[in-house]
Amino acid sequence: MTTTIATYTGVYGMPEAGSAIDLAWLIPVVPAVSAAVLLLIGKRLGRYAAHVAILAIGFSAVASTIAFTELLALPEEARSVISPVATWLEVGDFEVAWSILIDPLAAVMLLLVTWVGLLIHVYSIGYMEGDERYSRFFAYLNLFAASMLVLVLGDSFLTLFVGWELVGLSSYLLIGFWFEKRAYATAAKKAFVVNRIGDVGFMIAMFLVFSATGSLAFAEVLPMAPEIASGTAVAIGLLLLVAAAGKSAQIPLFVWLPDAMAGPTPVSALIHAATMVTAGVYLVARVSPIYATVPGVGLTVAWIGVATALLAALIACTQNDIKKILAYSTVSQLGYMFIGVGLGAQVAGVFHLLTHGFFKALLFLAAGSVMHAMADETNPWKMGGLRKVMPITFATSLLGWLAIAGLPPFSGFFSKEEILVAALDPPGAQGIWVIGTIVAGLTAFYMSRWFFLIFLGPKRYEQELPGVHPHESPPSMTLPLVLLAVGSAAGGLLNATPASLLRFWDPETSFLSSFLAPSVVPYYGDTPFIPHVPAVAIVTAVAVAGVAAAWALYLREGVDHVALRERLGGFYQLSYQRFYVDELYEATLERGGRGLANAFTTFDRVVVDGAVNGIGRGVAGLATVGRRVQTGYVRSYALAVAAGTVLLAAIFLGGLLNGQG
Amino acid sequence: MPVIPLTAQVQWSIPDIPWGAISPELVLFGTGILVLLLETAGPHRLRASALAFLAAAGGAAAGYGLTGEVTWPALLALAGLAQLALTATWRERPRVLSALLSALGIVATLGVVAWQWQTLAGGELLATQSGLADMVAVDGVALFTRVTVLLAALVSIPLGWSYLETRRIHRAEYYPLLLFAAVGMNLLASSQDLLMVFISLEVLSLALYILTGFAKRDLTSQEGALKYFLLGAFSSAILLYGIALSYGIAGTTNIPAVGAAVAAADTPAALAVIAMALLIVGFAFKTALVPFHMWTPDVYQGAPTPVTGFMAAATKAAAFAAFLRIFVGAMGASQWSWIPALWTLAAITMLVGAVLAVVQDDLKRMLGYSAVAHAGYAAIGLIAATREGVSGTLFYLLVYAVMSVGAFGVLSMLERRQRRAVSISDLAGFGKRFPVPAGMLSLFLLSLAGIPGTAGFMGKLAVFRAGVFAGQWVLVVIAVLSSMIAAFFYIRVIRAMFMDDEPDDLETFELEPTPGLSAGLAASAAIIVVLGVWPTVVIDLAEQAAAFAG
Repeated sequence: MTTTIATYTGVYGMPEAGSAIDLAWLIPVVPAVSAAVLLLIGKRLGRYAAHVAILAIGFSAVASTIAFTELLALPEEARSVISPVATWLEVGDFEVAWSILIDPLAAVMLLLVTWVGLLIHVYSIGYMEGDERYSRFFAYLNLFAASMLVLVLGDSFLTLFVGWELVGLSSYLLIGFWFEKRAYATAAKKAFVVNRIGDVGFMIAMFLVFSATGSLAFAEVLPMAPEIASGTAVAIGLLLLVAAAGKSAQIPLFVWLPDAMAGPTPVSALIHAATMVTAGVYLVARVSPIYATVPGVGLTVAWIGVATALLAALIACTQNDIKKILAYSTVSQLGYMFIGVGLGAQVAGVFHLLTHGFFKALLFLAAGSVMHAMADETNPWKMGGLRKVMPITFATSLLGWLAIAGLPPFSGFFSKEEILVAALDPPGAQGIWVIGTIVAGLTAFYMSRWFFLIFLGPKRYEQELPGVHPHESPPSMTLPLVLLAVGSAAGGLLNATPASLLRFWDPETSFLSSFLAPSVVPYYGDTPFIPHVPAVAIVTAVAVAGVAAAWALYLREGVDHVALRERLGGFYQLSYQRFYVDELYEATLERGGRGLANAFTTFDRVVVDGAVNGIGRGVAGLATVGRRVQTGYVRSYALAVAAGTVLLAAIFLGGLLNGQG
Repeated sequence: MPVIPLTAQVQWSIPDIPWGAISPELVLFGTGILVLLLETAGPHRLRASALAFLAAAGGAAAGYGLTGEVTWPALLALAGLAQLALTATWRERPRVLSALLSALGIVATLGVVAWQWQTLAGGELLATQSGLADMVAVDGVALFTRVTVLLAALVSIPLGWSYLETRRIHRAEYYPLLLFAAVGMNLLASSQDLLMVFISLEVLSLALYILTGFAKRDLTSQEGALKYFLLGAFSSAILLYGIALSYGIAGTTNIPAVGAAVAAADTPAALAVIAMALLIVGFAFKTALVPFHMWTPDVYQGAPTPVTGFMAAATKAAAFAAFLRIFVGAMGASQWSWIPALWTLAAITMLVGAVLAVVQDDLKRMLGYSAVAHAGYAAIGLIAATREGVSGTLFYLLVYAVMSVGAFGVLSMLERRQRRAVSISDLAGFGKRFPVPAGMLSLFLLSLAGIPGTAGFMGKLAVFRAGVFAGQWVLVVIAVLSSMIAAFFYIRVIRAMFMDDEPDDLETFELEPTPGLSAGLAASAAIIVVLGVWPTVVIDLAEQAAAFAG
């Protein structure tokens, strides 16, 4: 067996002048300009607004593809290319160039973001038809794509962070797009706030990186990773994990994602499938040289991932909203990706990111198509039997369902198995494999439930929704579905060449593994493991069992669901009420924050006042002049000044007693 | 006995004043006087106008007779004549002219500052580093702060115009007071002597007290002015006490000499630290560091909104300049004592400011508390006590000035519409009806929140970076936490504007942005974006300023 896989070298080249890589800065700029144009004069463009937006993202997609082929033409060790655009900040010894980093990792992300983004743009033509803010919607879509592209192309922590924040901001705009409904605005705020918590982690990590290495550029920081003191590296790794957990909706920061469902369906597809939520996975993979020096932190990432996967899968089993189910399934699948990148199997993680990008976008768009037909109904119990009425949506959803359920030979099978296989070797990770296998069964179960309730069985909608006459969606919506279905079905081939169909996990023979290898530093060696084939068989069997269970519960006649729920009792409630996490956060964090604020206010307004009233008349002269006023007493303010002076003097004297510095 | 002329006998000693050192203040002050004279013009004010002319002419004559100088007495006489001519020709009180003249004066002052900068940065020093018998320093901190103060004043002139008109408080004293406040701030920023510090602080404070109470018929305005005045007097007294103690230690009020004396081994340490503590109180009051912040929300709420924007931004810049010169500059050797104290103040300032802003409902109060939090961020550079720190603080204050003037500018527009204070719920639907001003307010708020792509992010980056370099980890972490909390309330406003439904009972209203208002807001927004995307030039200037800090 030949092992000629290139490894991470830490060498970054320059692009050839005039090549697509050299001009790659246009990839985010064109959609950004288009967004600006649409915001300014979009209303006057009318329906042509969509064409402008699609042209812009189409340009990015084509440019990304050309850049990708150029990258393929380069020798393996020279595939990390930095293309300087402009000097952004130059202050003394602190210099941040605005450069673009294209390497295999960025290239596959580019392809995913631009092509899936393009399909979602096309789909939106039909979906947003007749909306009064048609052009505004496309402007936001463009803006979002541009932000994500800035993130992916960033060559330093700082430029990546700019994209990171812009993505958060534009997702805030997109989720809140239909802001007439209050819940949407609240969901948008929640998404923003949770993401800010993650951003704090990112910022502090960034400062740590800077103080440890004196630079923020990946080309300088990552090669120096082994020299970073291990304590600092642990801190950086954990802080970046917080950041990634915020963006990628992992425990404990996953609460925003299901609520973000409130946005229009194409937005759900764009955010939950192709772009924003994958940013955290991308970040962890991007800084893999740092995680490689502290594998224990990587193991933490993986455990967080598997815990999230389990929790979200359990919740997804009982939800009665076709978009909510998909949202929790996204959280769960992101957990799988975290297992992959956390265990040092970054290729597997990114592979799953890609296949998930296909099938989750497909499923969301299919859900949108169903809602389009059902007058925006989201309860699957009111659907059923849509197979005949919506044949294209049905057929494409079938492929998406098979892919996410992890049944061979569809794409999800390959990527999921590759991740789980990676959990077999490292010490302390076998538990991850066990839980991950259970999650695979749960995934197959809830996705089958989703699929069966919508498309198979009796036509419940005839009684439940009397006025609704479902119909297939227009071609602009079904075409993206078909293309994504092809990706969902065949995406597994990305990392499985004909020669390797039986040994698809072997990095030597697969395309993605050898292509991505120069970008990432795997840890936990890739020693061949003995029970791989049995392990794969077990996982697949569990998945099949999940499908069978769903069939038994939801397709057989005569199952009394109400009785079943009652028999499950607390377990059902726990899952249905989403383990009360939202309530828990509300009770602790929100109220706690309010309480803190109230305490401060009380201090400002009452304690000081009361103290003045109690202590007496020291500043009474002021008080008589100030008199009672609208909001507070001058004397209490004066007392605060006096108290502050004493406090300051005390600090000074304390420092003095502690020895002079 | 030969008859000796009187002048020769008395021996007028004219001190050799290096006018160049305070030339910006002279220009600004001159403009103020001119505008004040101008305001006496008008057909109904013949008497006042004649008096003013006589005063000007008399001053000119006396000046010529005593010094033999020709230039400035001639200018003064000319001004008097011009004013007399205006009185005869002008029908109404010349407010447009006053505003224009004030703006021109500020622009001219900016020109003089640029000239100073050129001379200073070119290596060719203006006489010495300090002038006026060591009273005034000519260094980067002073020059950069002047730019900040002048920019804030310049932008608030067009922003304030229509607000003052609508509220019927567009009175004669407004522009001169604004200019005099700016003179005080500029002098404070360049003071090299504690007495000079005190005098300039009083100059700016007195002007601001009056400006705060400018809306005579508005009770909150009166209340704010009175509170500001009383507490200002209180803190001035504490500052003065600190100056007295410093004098006791050093035998001089010259700042570098005081710094050296404080660090000297034979100085009683307890005395030295108490002196420092009292000095800090004086400046902490002006910069609104917790717990010396309590006046801010009341005063910011009461003051006419354009004044608030100017006050929040420019006072902070000037007081921080004094902070930098006295503590980082002169007392650098005694860092061990004052860094922990300022550290504590900055930490609680950032937290308390952010948390209290969250619970505010009145927009002006909210911005007031947010101003408190921002003072804490700016203080990080001060506490870092390094060159990066100084430049970071200078840059941050400039950025904050623009954001704050802009945000308060939009607010003044809204108040005009409502004729009363604006609460967050009043903003519901504002974004849908008036997307451009709402978008601008959003931009300012995002910048205050420190979102990348805006100047606020760059400012935070600059001070946080300085803090990290100086090893002030915990403080930076607190700052990051505080800015996270702060994001809540900025977002709350943006959400209200764009996502909440307009209340049904809202009466229809018109929003007529005057050209001045539009220009001022557009300029502020442009600066925010430009500094957010390409801040290098200005950060470079701040670095340069920090390099030749005294």
